[in-house]
Amino acid sequence: MKKDIILAGVGGQGILTIATIIGDAAATAGLSLKQAEVHGMSQRGGDVQSNLRLSTEEIHSDLIRQGAADLIISMEPMEALRYVAALDEKGWVVTSSHPYKNIPNYPDEEAMMAELGALPNVAVLPIEDLAREEGLPKCANVVLLGMAARYIEILSAEQLRESIARVFASKGEKIVEMNCRAFDLGLNAVKE
Amino acid sequence: MISKRLLLGDEAIALGAIHAGISGVYAYPGTPSTEITEFIQATAPEVRSRWCTNEKTAMEAALGMSYAGKRAIVCMKHVGMNVAADAFVNSAITGINGGLVILAADDPSMHSSQNEQDSRFYGKFAMIPTLEPSSQQEAYDIMPYAFALSEQMRLPVLMRVVTRLAHSRAGVMTSTPIPQNELNPDSERTHWVLLPGNARRQYASLVEKQAQLLSSSEASPYNKLHDVESAKVGVVACGIAYNYVMENCPAKLGIPVLKVSQYPLPEAAIKALAAKCDALLVAEDGQPVVEEQIKSLLGAGYTVRGRLTGDLPRMGELTPDSVGAALGITTYQSFSAAENVVPRPPALCQGCGHRDVYDALNRVAGEYADARIFGDIGCYTLGALPPFRAIDSCVDMGASITMAKGAADAGVHPAIAVIGDSTFTHSGMTGLLDAVNDNARITIIISDNLTTAMTGGQDSAGTNKFEAICLGLGVDPEHVKVVVPLPKNMEEITRIIREEIEYDGVSVIIPRRECIQTLNRKLRKKRAQE
Repeated sequence: MKKDIILAGVGGQGILTIATIIGDAAATAGLSLKQAEVHGMSQRGGDVQSNLRLSTEEIHSDLIRQGAADLIISMEPMEALRYVAALDEKGWVVTSSHPYKNIPNYPDEEAMMAELGALPNVAVLPIEDLAREEGLPKCANVVLLGMAARYIEILSAEQLRESIARVFASKGEKIVEMNCRAFDLGLNAVKE
Repeated sequence: MISKRLLLGDEAIALGAIHAGISGVYAYPGTPSTEITEFIQATAPEVRSRWCTNEKTAMEAALGMSYAGKRAIVCMKHVGMNVAADAFVNSAITGINGGLVILAADDPSMHSSQNEQDSRFYGKFAMIPTLEPSSQQEAYDIMPYAFALSEQMRLPVLMRVVTRLAHSRAGVMTSTPIPQNELNPDSERTHWVLLPGNARRQYASLVEKQAQLLSSSEASPYNKLHDVESAKVGVVACGIAYNYVMENCPAKLGIPVLKVSQYPLPEAAIKALAAKCDALLVAEDGQPVVEEQIKSLLGAGYTVRGRLTGDLPRMGELTPDSVGAALGITTYQSFSAAENVVPRPPALCQGCGHRDVYDALNRVAGEYADARIFGDIGCYTLGALPPFRAIDSCVDMGASITMAKGAADAGVHPAIAVIGDSTFTHSGMTGLLDAVNDNARITIIISDNLTTAMTGGQDSAGTNKFEAICLGLGVDPEHVKVVVPLPKNMEEITRIIREEIEYDGVSVIIPRRECIQTLNRKLRKKRAQE
């Protein structure tokens, strides 16, 4: 079994934290993993993405093939759309609906959301509003991870929750508890 | 002490070097190499690891440590090799004492660079062994091998990686560390004093060693020929390109593969592969270094495909898709690229002092018909993009000052240079001395944010020393001005810029305010401690 995941967002939105949590869970579960990150210039408010590959078999390429991604997890709707050409026909897009407008020529929102909605498998939620309403404004990225958890499949929600506890352990119990709550918030938000 | 850890390629290199018994790492920050030194600084207090002023000073200090008998690594991005080149090429002539590895991190596709030069050319140029690991595990494993090879051949070893390996994480099995070498300075002056008489002998010895380097490559555990059966096409896969080839399951397609991770090229293995195949495809990230060499090795009658023939793209990094296409595998895409997507270029952070500098410069420059602003390498290069569109050039580390001088010599006025604090100490100081000696009519802005910001906030070599450096190099004290780049000071800053532009000589204006990123990190840390 393999899962090829593209994590997308804008520099500073916390996608590398999502990658760290999934990576920790995968390493603990004994899965093979490769995770290509973007460092350097593109972090200054530009688009950032990470190719995260998980498998029960050996993984060769650090990059995901076009048309082979099983899942796009995005902190921003236009950034989710940026990678649809990489998506497998059965692949899922899990994204925040909140546009991050730091450029003057941001596309027409209605047209953009319509294009996103036309994909066969999409989960879109206002994660930042959800996080704020629950008093967790800084945990929007972990809400998104919770939303995506059911589509990651190769790892269970329980395994991901355990790795949240490990990844945030150094920041204290309160931060761990907040992030676990954020994770469950996202997880429950997409239950049928 | 064997364990498995999740490591970036850079971290795997760093840990491999620590476990290979290095006594020092010498480096100037540069994407994608920075994390190697940062990892050593964070985890190995027994290793000397403070940042150097530039890649040349790093290379020379490492050579000095090698001279003293200890193992050292030098790390830099590919363009840093140009800065270090004098010391690098000559270290192949002197030879080494303690093991010496030069790590060059190339950036095909120019994710964070101004060119995609291939450091393997430098390895061939200096006539030394070059290693190119294909994976994070191999990057770790190859370090003790690299140092042993260096000491065995008594030559520096070049190790080349690319961004995708440097900045990608994977599980790495680690092994038992080797202790550091004892202090043991070399006494063989004829090796180290490169007067022509000695240099000729040393060069002859380097030429003579080439046969040994070739046999080492032929026998290398990092060069592997698999599935050599007769086939239409065989693949020579170098470094990370090996992964993209393997991703396309060549064994299932009956395609034999020669993996290359050590140079000089293993000629016998290439000839053996060529004899079984009608043609060879060369998959290599970067420039067609190997493709050219194999064409010359096999002669005009043999078909060699690759980047030069258009089977692979001539520019940019390889992907599993581009390599698949060259192997005749079609990538199946269900969705076409979305329509409602626009580029999102990086920008200067909100609250960054460089913003205020460009704001001021644009106001003043707008008053002159022929103002030219020569930029440099760093976050402030982003001043070239909207909304500022403030700089007219950005070429290499330090070029702002010297290009402004040359343009002023030609008659351009005002000729303004914008350079960051770390870039100024890296390569701007010598240019400033030229300008002072020639009394060039230029205005230099040293935009000092107290850090090397672009690469993530490393210490900057000249912090607290800039006024002293400028005065020491001979800038008139009346024309060294310090300002605080904040919107509320705009009137003062623009007035000073105007005055200094009108001065017939070298002026230096130092807008000084801490980088907003390092400041926020410090504040967060302080809050966490409270």
